[in-house]
Amino acid sequence: MSAASLQAASLHRGSSSSSSSSKKIHYASGRSSCRANSARAMKLAYWMYSGPAHIGTLRIASSFQNVHAIMHAPLGDDYFNVLRSMLERERDFTPVTASIVDRHVLAEGSKSKVVEGITRKAAEDLPDLILLTPTCTSSILQEDLESFVENASRNSGMSDVILADVNHYRVNEMQAADRTLEQIVRFYVDKATKEEGYKPKKTKRPSANIIGPTTLGFHHHHDARELKRMLGEMGIDVNMVTPEGGRVTELKHLTDAWFNIVPYRETGLMAAKYLERQFDMPFTDTVPMGILGTNDWITSIQAIVNEQAKALAPEGEEVLIVDFDDYSKRQTLHVSQAAWFSRSVDCQNLTGKRAVVFGDATHAAMMTRILSREMCIRVVCAGTYARHESDWFREQVQNHCDEILITDDNTQVADMIARLEPAAIFGTQMERHVGKRLDTPCGVISSPVHIQNFPLGFRPFFGYEGANQISDLVYNSFALGMEDHLLEIFGGHDTKEVITKELSSADDLIWLDSGIEELGNIPGFVRGKVKRNVEKFARHFNIHEISAEVMWKAKEKAGKF
Amino acid sequence: MVKTNFISYTSTAVQPAKLESLECETGNYHSFCPISCVSWLYQKLEDSFFLVIGTKTCGFFLQSSMGVMIFAEPRYAMAELEEADISAQLNDYNELKRLCLQIRNDRNPSVIVWIGTCTTELIKQDLEGMAPRLEQEIQVPIVVARANGLDHAFTQGEDTVLAALANRCPQVSRDTVKPKTHPPLILFGSLPNSVANQLTIDLNSFGIEVAGWLPSKNYSELPALDQTCYVCGVQPFLSRTAATLMRRRQCQLISAPFPIGPDGTRAWIEAIAKALQVPIDQNKLLERESENWLELEEMEDGLPSIRGKTVFFMGDSLLEIALARFLIRSGVVVQEIGIPFLDQRYQAAELQLLQQTCKELDVTMPVIVHKPDNYFQLKRIQALQPDLVITGMAHANPIEARGITTKWSVEFVFSQIHGFTNAGNLVTLLSKPLSRHNSLAELGWTEIV
Repeated sequence: MSAASLQAASLHRGSSSSSSSSKKIHYASGRSSCRANSARAMKLAYWMYSGPAHIGTLRIASSFQNVHAIMHAPLGDDYFNVLRSMLERERDFTPVTASIVDRHVLAEGSKSKVVEGITRKAAEDLPDLILLTPTCTSSILQEDLESFVENASRNSGMSDVILADVNHYRVNEMQAADRTLEQIVRFYVDKATKEEGYKPKKTKRPSANIIGPTTLGFHHHHDARELKRMLGEMGIDVNMVTPEGGRVTELKHLTDAWFNIVPYRETGLMAAKYLERQFDMPFTDTVPMGILGTNDWITSIQAIVNEQAKALAPEGEEVLIVDFDDYSKRQTLHVSQAAWFSRSVDCQNLTGKRAVVFGDATHAAMMTRILSREMCIRVVCAGTYARHESDWFREQVQNHCDEILITDDNTQVADMIARLEPAAIFGTQMERHVGKRLDTPCGVISSPVHIQNFPLGFRPFFGYEGANQISDLVYNSFALGMEDHLLEIFGGHDTKEVITKELSSADDLIWLDSGIEELGNIPGFVRGKVKRNVEKFARHFNIHEISAEVMWKAKEKAGKF
Repeated sequence: MVKTNFISYTSTAVQPAKLESLECETGNYHSFCPISCVSWLYQKLEDSFFLVIGTKTCGFFLQSSMGVMIFAEPRYAMAELEEADISAQLNDYNELKRLCLQIRNDRNPSVIVWIGTCTTELIKQDLEGMAPRLEQEIQVPIVVARANGLDHAFTQGEDTVLAALANRCPQVSRDTVKPKTHPPLILFGSLPNSVANQLTIDLNSFGIEVAGWLPSKNYSELPALDQTCYVCGVQPFLSRTAATLMRRRQCQLISAPFPIGPDGTRAWIEAIAKALQVPIDQNKLLERESENWLELEEMEDGLPSIRGKTVFFMGDSLLEIALARFLIRSGVVVQEIGIPFLDQRYQAAELQLLQQTCKELDVTMPVIVHKPDNYFQLKRIQALQPDLVITGMAHANPIEARGITTKWSVEFVFSQIHGFTNAGNLVTLLSKPLSRHNSLAELGWTEIV
């Protein structure tokens, strides 16, 4: 790291004490701005945070029961099946096949192949719905897939056929998932209301739909189970969970519920907004993550239920008012351990420790708030790769962190982590690897993830049990408090090797033996940082030889390394 | 010219076998995209950089399938095409130049390999036309391989890259050629260095010298080629490379079974010796083979644990014919050989050995299904209830959940299976899942759907 960036690092640290209005907001250079006007150029990429659009569509399709997706794609694009089969350890065959685009298709067009594929699948598996899924390849071919679907639906028997309305080059995995879910919900709800004359039969008791849990979602199964448990305790029936595990033919019953719950920013909002527009169904998009988040979520539900109770009650009948305050207080103070944990002396050691957070909008925003508000940890930077949610994200975190980073370029995130040198990172699998390289612990809080983030045990991130899980994750990520002290007193685990990593170039500086020895007393995980700060100090005061005394002086001047 | 060459092809080749049990289905099967070859080729060619010119879909596949390797700062990257590239708003030459300069400055490779994808095919990006110009301009060799899913499956990606590299091999210069007892022999196919050394030493022990390997460890060490050279493949999926070596580089192709299993390795050495007219000690070779069989017999989880079992190949790596031939020789009953693509000329000797093996052991020749249909195959698997299904990961877990043991086919591509030395690995790959199945069956955990 150059001296200039060191200076930049110290500047950021300095500015953090100033008012929150002067927050630095970083955007990835070039690509983020003026996307509509300027052509996006060919990009050199090693890694990406969100997948291509068709992955989002397939995640929705394979979340439902008895829905089959047919991809219009070349051989090898059905890698989604491997992901689902391996990451989710699925016991069933993934209901996704490819209508393979090969040379013959390029010559003759794919109409007959697509239509045959759909007809064949309708006869073989009798799915409720066949979803024709475009890919980057079919986007370029520009065939009239809509007309293929019309053609095929004449021979598709009992199966409905629709074309997923996503553009590969305009939307990413998350946006495509949101859009596809809305499209399917709209298709079946419209069909029921228009063709079958279905009218919402509102349930007697308060009830809700949970919209959003999908296959290959980060801890989605566990989250859905925890939300259902809490709703049950609050006396609210779960009308439907969609899309995971549901049937499309049941989607018309979505309108029977009193309201919708959209716990993830990434999927479900479009469907919920459609239901609100068409059927006056209110929804809550509060994220029930962390103790405070969960309490906010319960408060929002209380408001909606009471409002709906009044609206739905037959005239003259007494309206039942719900009050969940006791419930959330009891859960917060006695059932969940997270609030007590943040109070306990153990957590004192975490106070003021520096953390970086990066992930999807939902998890990164809520994690930032949990760290900052519930655990008194200093979030030096919070970031997300969900550019399309950047406004929401900024609003959520702006008073809880020093810097905000919105980018989908993993090297920018890595550079930011290297510059800020946090004590722990909370991010995706990519940040975990950055952490490995920089010797910084990392807790994984968001997709994209590996198979180890699809645990067999019960690991929600939402609700009161989720808050417990998050507390464990945070606590285990930082070096344990006593271990931390002991390392400082006794000079670290690895006294043999003095400087483990040469992180900065110090050709103009000479480390004297006493200085090297003193440096050896610094715990390994902060040694590089201390070394750089001392060197910076030495350069500033024109000191060429660093002894133990110089180090102590540097410590005095800096107040703290 | 072409005619002579064609004759030279047939003169060393085995006539394509007549296959009675060859079927072709719909081609609706699961396989890896051929761009996956960069994952092993960049490691083999140590001074290379692979640039995959494609979309997010390609990138997503690479990063998901490569798993941990992606984090080790590999020498490969995506040139991610955006909408403006597709609609030709941007000049693709300038765009590629910008990226290649960046690669040259950051990594300083000896060669940049461009991997063309479906998208570059569809928008008809003239990679072959642009590469020589750009090569001149930036002074780094640029090799173009079209490893796309429109034309190829999985391992055929390596075939497209090696075919492109074959054109870059230097001409033999008369000064450097040293007289030997036999014409120069070049082996083609990417194998880990230790396996390549093992095969070289095996040939040496029978008086056959290897003049070079395609690919070599470094781009700068590519073997010299001319019409005096004999070439022989070590992998069954290299038919395009073989054709390039014959037609463009005038080499003589030795048609041989592939050195997989003791039987294949012995037949491979024999065929090479015959073509090069090197007299070899036949007894010594047979002894080497029978020693190898004995080792397989006596090792833990060895041949006895797989003998008599039934195996079904769904097909995705093109190694299937050679593997099935070895399994039949080992006493396994092969029910179906699915294979994405079968080049009957390039695989002629292998097919002939398969037929011969079946005849000698008096077993029925298994059905070979090329361009299989996975849906129909699953129906057949359900009916046949094989002891082991060799399949891709998309189907492995669901088949396991139905009580049938599977082996993930990609492991045969990533494991060391060639030559006498690695025959043991090959047997273990098959016997491990079977023995696990037996242990779990005792607990009553078979069908868990």
